[in-house]
Amino acid sequence: MATKTNFGTYPVGNKDAIENFHGNQLVYIAWDDHLSVGPANVFPLPPEMPFGALISEVIPSITSFHPDFEKIDWDKVQWNLDGKTITPVADQSIADNGVSHKSLLRFKTPDLKGYQSTGN
Amino acid sequence: MAKKLNMRKRYELLTRGLGWEPTYQPKEKVFPQESYEGIKIVDWDKWEDPFRLTAEAYWKYQAEKDKKLYAIIDSFAQNNGHLNLTNASYINALKIFIQGVSPLEYGAHRGFANLARQFSGEGAQIACQMQSIDELRHVQTQIHTLSHYNKHFTGLHDPFHMHDRVWYLSVPKSYFDDARSAGPFEFMTSISFAFEYILTNLLFVPFMSGAAHNGDMATVTFGFSAQSDESRHMTLGLEIIKFIVEQHEDNLEIVQGWIDKHFWRAYRVLGLVSAMQDYMLPDSPMSWKEAWDIYFVDNCGALFKDLGRYGLRMPKFHEQATEESEHLSHQIYTVLYQFSHAAAFQTEVPSKEKMDWLSEKYPNTFDKYYRPRWEMYAQMEKEGKRYFNAGLPQVCQTCQVPMCFTDISKGNPMELSYRVSEFNGDKFHTCSDGCKSIFDHEPEKYAHAWIPPHQIFQGNCGGAEMPDVLKYYHFNEDDSGEYKGSADDNSWKAAHHNSNDDNDIKESA
Repeated sequence: MATKTNFGTYPVGNKDAIENFHGNQLVYIAWDDHLSVGPANVFPLPPEMPFGALISEVIPSITSFHPDFEKIDWDKVQWNLDGKTITPVADQSIADNGVSHKSLLRFKTPDLKGYQSTGN
Repeated sequence: MAKKLNMRKRYELLTRGLGWEPTYQPKEKVFPQESYEGIKIVDWDKWEDPFRLTAEAYWKYQAEKDKKLYAIIDSFAQNNGHLNLTNASYINALKIFIQGVSPLEYGAHRGFANLARQFSGEGAQIACQMQSIDELRHVQTQIHTLSHYNKHFTGLHDPFHMHDRVWYLSVPKSYFDDARSAGPFEFMTSISFAFEYILTNLLFVPFMSGAAHNGDMATVTFGFSAQSDESRHMTLGLEIIKFIVEQHEDNLEIVQGWIDKHFWRAYRVLGLVSAMQDYMLPDSPMSWKEAWDIYFVDNCGALFKDLGRYGLRMPKFHEQATEESEHLSHQIYTVLYQFSHAAAFQTEVPSKEKMDWLSEKYPNTFDKYYRPRWEMYAQMEKEGKRYFNAGLPQVCQTCQVPMCFTDISKGNPMELSYRVSEFNGDKFHTCSDGCKSIFDHEPEKYAHAWIPPHQIFQGNCGGAEMPDVLKYYHFNEDDSGEYKGSADDNSWKAAHHNSNDDNDIKESA
């Protein structure tokens, strides 16, 4: 059902459309079973950024404090993009790996379940 | 000489007697917002104002209350009442109040002023005018009361500016803006019924009895001064719902939809109160869960049993809110803790006594899920690495709370809850079934939401670096971060250290 208004229709377009982010797209990133990190973090990233850079630069910027971080075996990490399992290719861009504007990228480290294995 | 009129007659002449039928313009043009929401009012004269207050009587009551209140505030200031608090960390609850709640009172003032103009029934116009003035009085008394604390503590200096800009304040602001940008009947259902009737105790009891338990007699006093107004507002909230539903059978479904929506919107705002109540009060009178059980599960359960005869049922997703009640404050306070470098209040890991209290109040959840988190943060702090989140959080498109909630109703208390919708070519993320269903009903509206982290990245918040954003928020250097060693903590300790010395001197003399 369309929103009822007394002024006609809402303006066309979304406030957070990709055009408003100066060449970047928004990407939400979360590490499952590590709630001490917090909610998913949001980053403005160039779509042409290699997926490998996301692993080596972006993700550590928010997770490297965690005692589990050092123990991550990146070959074993399970990736979930917008609800679907993916196998990313590190030297391809995030866009080519299917990461689009406002995508949610979650990763799971099957052997690491947070601080004292409590999901924190 | 004419005989003196009785109250009822006077009320009739001074309210209903003030109306007239327009002749220069059609009625729909004079009251342009009254019909577009689809609500059908057949007879405005059926509106019963249970208080039958005239302007004359109103001024008299309010003047009396103000006189008492200001006498107490004056003596509180003269006696340096702020030194009798349990601890300066208590002031963080007041910061949340003046930044988050007082601007809502002002929003309510403006909203009810608009309603007084938009409703064509004179009884409703007068009731809304008085509520509008009440709300303005509340915001004034709150500012006057808390201005004493502003002389001695941080974070209280510019609440209205902050309210329009700061990330955690966009939670209460966006809720009120949502209601104020809707039509008059939806605003009324939202603010008078969902907020002021169903949930008001969950807002005011924690703040006011929290104030009483922590030696803040000034706040208790403005709470009392507002209480008789609030009970008038609550009665109005209930009457309006009954009135609308009784006017036309088509109104029921629309009103129920608004109750569902605004219950969930208002409940999400109260998440901030839950964190304040369980974590920020040095001495908590009751836990969020206890308050929820009394004021929502018991009281609102009984209320909706009564409303059943009007065809109304409990708000949608209320079961999920109840399931969350053992988790809510812990999840929200985690966010406040890890982002308090960008907040105008300070946070700290709960003390050992506080953690034991939380274990006792939350036997099913605290030790299992949340104590380990605080122990981890405490360990980091001990190593000189106090945890602050280094990025910006994902925020729910509807309620604007950082997406810290977990899928409790699906049996996954340690898995974040993600919902997503597609609209107009973009993805929109929400934190819960409640927020997703609100988004999906009016996506045209929420696609325009001012989401604070996204606004920062668009370059609309003073700059790209954190100090630029904090400047745009009008924060001062001492407002944010860890409580221990903060300006408030230090000045509190200094003041109490000195007063102990004074006592020592007196005793030895």
